Amino acid sequence: MRSVLSSRWAGLLLLAVVIALLPLGLKNNFQFDIAVRIGFNAIVVIGLNLLIGYAGQISLGHAGFLGLAAYFSAITVTRYGWPPLVSLLAAATLVGLLAFIIARPVLRLKGHYLAMATLGLGIIISIVLNQEAGLTGGPDGMAVDPFTIGAFKLVKAREWYWLVGALLWLAVWLSLNLIDSPVGRALRAVHGSEVAAEVVGVDTTRYKVMVFVLSAVFASVVGSLQAHYVSFISPQQAGFFQSVEWVIMVVLGGMASTYGAVIGAVILTALPQVLTALEDYEHMIFGLIMMLVMILLPKGIVPSAGALLRRVSSKAEGGK
Amino acid sequence: MLGEFLQYLFSGLTSGAIYALVGLGFALIYNASHVINFAQGEFVMLGGMGTVFIAAAGVPLPLAGLLAVLLATVVGFALEKLAVEQTRNASVVTLIIITIGASIFVRGGAQVAFDKQFHTLPSFSGDTPINILGATITPQSLWVLGITVVIVLLLQYFFTRTLLGKAILATSHNPMAARLVGINVNAILLMSFGLSAALGAVAGILITPITSTNYEVGIMLGLKGFCAAILGGLGSGFGAIAGGVILGVAEALGAGYISSEYKDVIAFVIILAALFFMPSGLFGKRGTDRV
Amino acid sequence: MTSVISRRTLLAAAAAFGMLSVSVAPASAADTIKVGTFLAVTGPASFLGDPELKTLQMYVDKINDSGGVLGKKLELVHYDTAADPNKAVTFVKRLLDQDEVDVLLGGSASGETLAVMPMVEKAEIPYISFAGARKIVDPVQKWTFKTPHTDTMACQKIFEDMKKRGLTKIGMISGTDGFGASMQAECKAEAGKYGVNILVDETYGPKDTDMTAQLTKIKATAGVQAVLNPGFGQGPAIVTKNFKQLGLNVPLYQSHGVASKKFIELAGDAAEGVRLPAAALLVADKLPDSDPQKKVVTAYTAEFGAKYGAEAVSTFGGHAYDGLMLIVDAYKRAGSTDKAKVRDALEATKGYVGTGGVVTFSATDHMGLDLSAFRMLEIRHGDWTLVN
Repeated sequence: MRSVLSSRWAGLLLLAVVIALLPLGLKNNFQFDIAVRIGFNAIVVIGLNLLIGYAGQISLGHAGFLGLAAYFSAITVTRYGWPPLVSLLAAATLVGLLAFIIARPVLRLKGHYLAMATLGLGIIISIVLNQEAGLTGGPDGMAVDPFTIGAFKLVKAREWYWLVGALLWLAVWLSLNLIDSPVGRALRAVHGSEVAAEVVGVDTTRYKVMVFVLSAVFASVVGSLQAHYVSFISPQQAGFFQSVEWVIMVVLGGMASTYGAVIGAVILTALPQVLTALEDYEHMIFGLIMMLVMILLPKGIVPSAGALLRRVSSKAEGGK
Repeated sequence: MLGEFLQYLFSGLTSGAIYALVGLGFALIYNASHVINFAQGEFVMLGGMGTVFIAAAGVPLPLAGLLAVLLATVVGFALEKLAVEQTRNASVVTLIIITIGASIFVRGGAQVAFDKQFHTLPSFSGDTPINILGATITPQSLWVLGITVVIVLLLQYFFTRTLLGKAILATSHNPMAARLVGINVNAILLMSFGLSAALGAVAGILITPITSTNYEVGIMLGLKGFCAAILGGLGSGFGAIAGGVILGVAEALGAGYISSEYKDVIAFVIILAALFFMPSGLFGKRGTDRV
Repeated sequence: MTSVISRRTLLAAAAAFGMLSVSVAPASAADTIKVGTFLAVTGPASFLGDPELKTLQMYVDKINDSGGVLGKKLELVHYDTAADPNKAVTFVKRLLDQDEVDVLLGGSASGETLAVMPMVEKAEIPYISFAGARKIVDPVQKWTFKTPHTDTMACQKIFEDMKKRGLTKIGMISGTDGFGASMQAECKAEAGKYGVNILVDETYGPKDTDMTAQLTKIKATAGVQAVLNPGFGQGPAIVTKNFKQLGLNVPLYQSHGVASKKFIELAGDAAEGVRLPAAALLVADKLPDSDPQKKVVTAYTAEFGAKYGAEAVSTFGGHAYDGLMLIVDAYKRAGSTDKAKVRDALEATKGYVGTGGVVTFSATDHMGLDLSAFRMLEIRHGDWTLVN
């Protein structure tokens, strides 16, 4: 039995190596673009996984948080000339505050009712972004100035790759640390049985609110960065499909698995690009793959694969 | 003034009845399986699009409608048999993702098998509006309202008076106990998916003369139906109907008296407010956590 | 405004000359011309993207069967954006960097076009958009052209017709989708110039199932002489049906967003008397023989109709037809596949007769259409008729 600590660092090291070596295999701007988008999605999904996989609370409204931050950055930087980093931090603070305010009433709800409430909040945000055309450009969207830090201007996908790669590694590190901390144990207790957790003295609401705010801030930071990266934003990014897509990434990759979240983001971001060759059958096959993965690996890819590996290795050991 | 108010009310009732019928499908499947079936909107689409295309192949309209309902029912059976039943021990979230996958699959299939155009069906009994105290309503809206009422009464009878209906309810309350008393839980699940699909398809046929249909209509209708079912309280058929009607009327009154741009926001604020005070919806059962 | 445009144009022109002198055309050994396209084939704008893609596929095959362009075959590379600007950006990167296309067509909706324009300008590749918004060509960007009329022109055409009929006080009901919202804004800006007063301004969601509430509000507004409905998809059909249900006895104007027979089929009897501005394509068989567009639009309607059914013919497919033919024409005149030369040839297009109108591009006009390209149509006996 190896210590938890060393296996954690092994995973982080592997991730760092993958991020460092991947550019050797990327041929052009487009492939870097996909890598950057995977990174963006993965960061949001890691945050969402803490909420769904560990705290057991679903959210179908996180695209709303991303959208708010994206528009906040876009408007303050492009129209009022704020430094992008200041906008990003201000957006994260505001979104975090908003999440904190709504967390208590919303997280009182359970299961599908919680899904409904978060869905409603997300849709309200996207309708406002769509309607307030004077501020947001309306359904046609608005252009966003590039991301600058001091005199350094981030434009190319290759440059973004390193920033997003570093942030992704940081997000994984943060998530793994959180899970192994007392907070993580409390969260798992909340997921197992809220009543039981409360009986033994865990302040369940406090932990749920904390994770909700944290996951909203993850989405917010990605929202600000993505707005600059794409250099264009539209209300679709705040829409409910985006929220659903992230939840699918969490579940497909494997709930309560940080690396599962990353794998989920990789697969669901890259798959549509692969499937374009199927033309008209693209959507059908996409749906079919989703169903098959969930039927064959109901716990998600990473946990199911892990269980399979353990079974194989224990068999091999038994045979010795 | 009264005429205007009545007109808003009729508008709300027309939309509301549509949401209610879709919401009812959510409630049926939830009752038996505790799964939110996100492919419910696709059953509605199959009803409408199926009828249009089967009729275009030369089949008389009433028969085409019947065949479309049958088609949706078969898809419902297949969804239960091939996907949901295979993962009985999986978590509810996994099952929900499977139904989302199914909805993408069915939509993608419809896009290939049918087409991407909008289509419509003739109204059942003409388009001459009926005038009531200065407000008007179309005969087709009355059909939607009337059939919604009939379906609710039939379901009420089915669940309280028939053995099968009671078996479904028993399975919903406690699958283990239901199995122990000899209820075939798989058969019950199959029934619920089939029934829900058929109901969705009927709704799809009823509303196509009003709203027209294409391969994607299921997305928005499914979303509104989900809202209706949640607002009413999951698993309560009556709740889904009430939820749908409240949602429709809130939108119409909001558009009429406050702002048409923000009518959907108004509807969602009402849902959020309702959930804030009644966390299990208007007519939902208050559950306690099993420790 | 004009000074800004002219300054930008000067800059663009200067840049164009700079480019010409610096870039030496790399001799392309490939025997195909890669035409990249990104369209909203599925999603809320699929009724735009679907006929656009079908048109491109059909005519690329046809051109290749008759020997191709400059002795090279056209190769169509296409991706489905589902009308999401974010997806469009990724797909255009893919077209530019991975597929290395020679020319870009498409963007069914304005949002996706506006989102990719900075990339197109940076990549310096000829690009023709099929989307409506005026912002795409105003101010003119060096590499970006477009085929459809703008929503501003639709507003002007409608207000012109209203003025002729003495209708000055109107109500508006617009979809909140990109098309509806953009045209709503443009019409509100234009109304004053035609002495038209907008007394009441309502909206509906693109997937709403009933609009009687909004129309009741319009009906209750005293003095409304006509109603204008910018929107596309099934929304306008429901508006039209609800309009009749409520017994509103004023003229109803739709936009060019419903310009296909499908609209008449969906709205049924309620469509009688509805007016809308649209390209000549819709009334191909009713044009006088003297009309310069007669030949083109009759041929397109016949060919597309034969393959996909007469009710599927729309002006949207026509925009794609024009885009493809314009670029083919530019290749032929440039006599080369060099991007800068093709762009210059495209900008020099004069009097091209297309489905959308007679197109003459210039350094200050990358749409090349005027109001005469729009015809005012009225629906009578379930068919289009030309007004006046």
